[in-house]
Amino acid sequence: MRVLTAVIAIAVGLIVLIGYFLPQAEPLQSMLLNWAVTIAGAATLMGLLNLLSVHFTKVRRSEKGGIYSALLILAMLGTLAAGIILRPQHIGMQILMNGIILPVEAMLMGLLTISIFYAAIRLLRHRTDTMGVFFILTALLIFLGSATLPFGDVPVIGTLIRPWVTQIWALGGARGILIGVSLGALTTGLRVLIGSDRPYGGK
Amino acid sequence: MITLSILVGSALLLVVLTLWKRRSPARLRTIPAFTRLVHTLGLSIEDGKRLHISLGHGNLLDGHGGSALAGLATLRTITERTSVSDMPSVASAGDPTLGLLTQDTTHAGYKAAAVEEMYNPTAGRVTGLTPFSYAAGAMHITANENVSTNILVGHFGPEAALLADAAERSHATTIGASDNITGQAVLFAGSQEALIGEELFAAGAYLGNDASHAASLTVQDILRWLAVLVMVGGAIGKFIGAF
Repeated sequence: MRVLTAVIAIAVGLIVLIGYFLPQAEPLQSMLLNWAVTIAGAATLMGLLNLLSVHFTKVRRSEKGGIYSALLILAMLGTLAAGIILRPQHIGMQILMNGIILPVEAMLMGLLTISIFYAAIRLLRHRTDTMGVFFILTALLIFLGSATLPFGDVPVIGTLIRPWVTQIWALGGARGILIGVSLGALTTGLRVLIGSDRPYGGK
Repeated sequence: MITLSILVGSALLLVVLTLWKRRSPARLRTIPAFTRLVHTLGLSIEDGKRLHISLGHGNLLDGHGGSALAGLATLRTITERTSVSDMPSVASAGDPTLGLLTQDTTHAGYKAAAVEEMYNPTAGRVTGLTPFSYAAGAMHITANENVSTNILVGHFGPEAALLADAAERSHATTIGASDNITGQAVLFAGSQEALIGEELFAAGAYLGNDASHAASLTVQDILRWLAVLVMVGGAIGKFIGAF
């Protein structure tokens, strides 16, 4: 079974890859990608069942935070039922989306501002090294450069230093990091393609 | 044609170097985050606390699949080492397909440790389907499940700050790695140890001591030098007006 899974995974990976270089393999590639999208849809359902099972177990065992798990189950089943009965286009579902889900996500985004600010404050507690000091100084410089005064940009910092740091140093560094990440992703993908890594339950 | 050549050349190099590394194990430079991670693995078993491995919300069908696969390789090693603990590690994912693979990988880790009967399917979870709902669900694990260390390996954006903050409030350590630039900056500030850039993909080599992972690091180094040569050559060529 393990060998069969590996053979299928490697063959599908190779066909999809070849599809990018050989036009003749494109129809097969599209078909496999469509299958993958369908399976991903089914996986969403499995994910929801998993979430339900985890939180149901927490409620049953009266674990710490179990009340939140009960709320999650109620909200999940309620929303699912409403979606099936009313359909997503219904005004009630739109209210549910715009009145509860979007504000909660927006609230988390707002909370993020405080979390990042707090992380910057405690950075020097974690990292009392040159990198930490440079990180804080650069962040402060960019902040100062981005803040505008009634008459415009902060002189020198906003007009000269900030563009120099963001467009030359930061952009160059980001590109270097992204090239490194791409190379890492390439070799990780190749390891899966040659069957050396089997994230589907094998090695 | 160039892309195909790079792919085929890299694959060949990877196979050859994997065979080579099996005979002579690689000597890797010290990365503090991995040193701390290895230390943490041992401590978590002794402390009776669990590890929480967050794999982010990278989709396997898009460009973030690489970081998701790297996260799964890390999870596999960690699960195998901590499965016999009273408090086995728990993994969370923010993508349904990744969630399925998380369960499969966790199961494989238990099998490899010969304790398959101890495997619990809820050890691998999908906590949300959007970045923030995923973070909210994963924060709940950190706060309520006796977690000593949060290991974030995968695709994370700024929402990683929420996870790091939740860990800080629960007096848990955070070790973070993301393929996203914003996520890396946030993790650098918010976590005790952060992996920058391609270090995310080195986890398998540092934790698992596997020949193919070590070989892929060497392939990355070779490709990096090629990229440097091409960029420097291109810049010189442009400067002298060759093209």
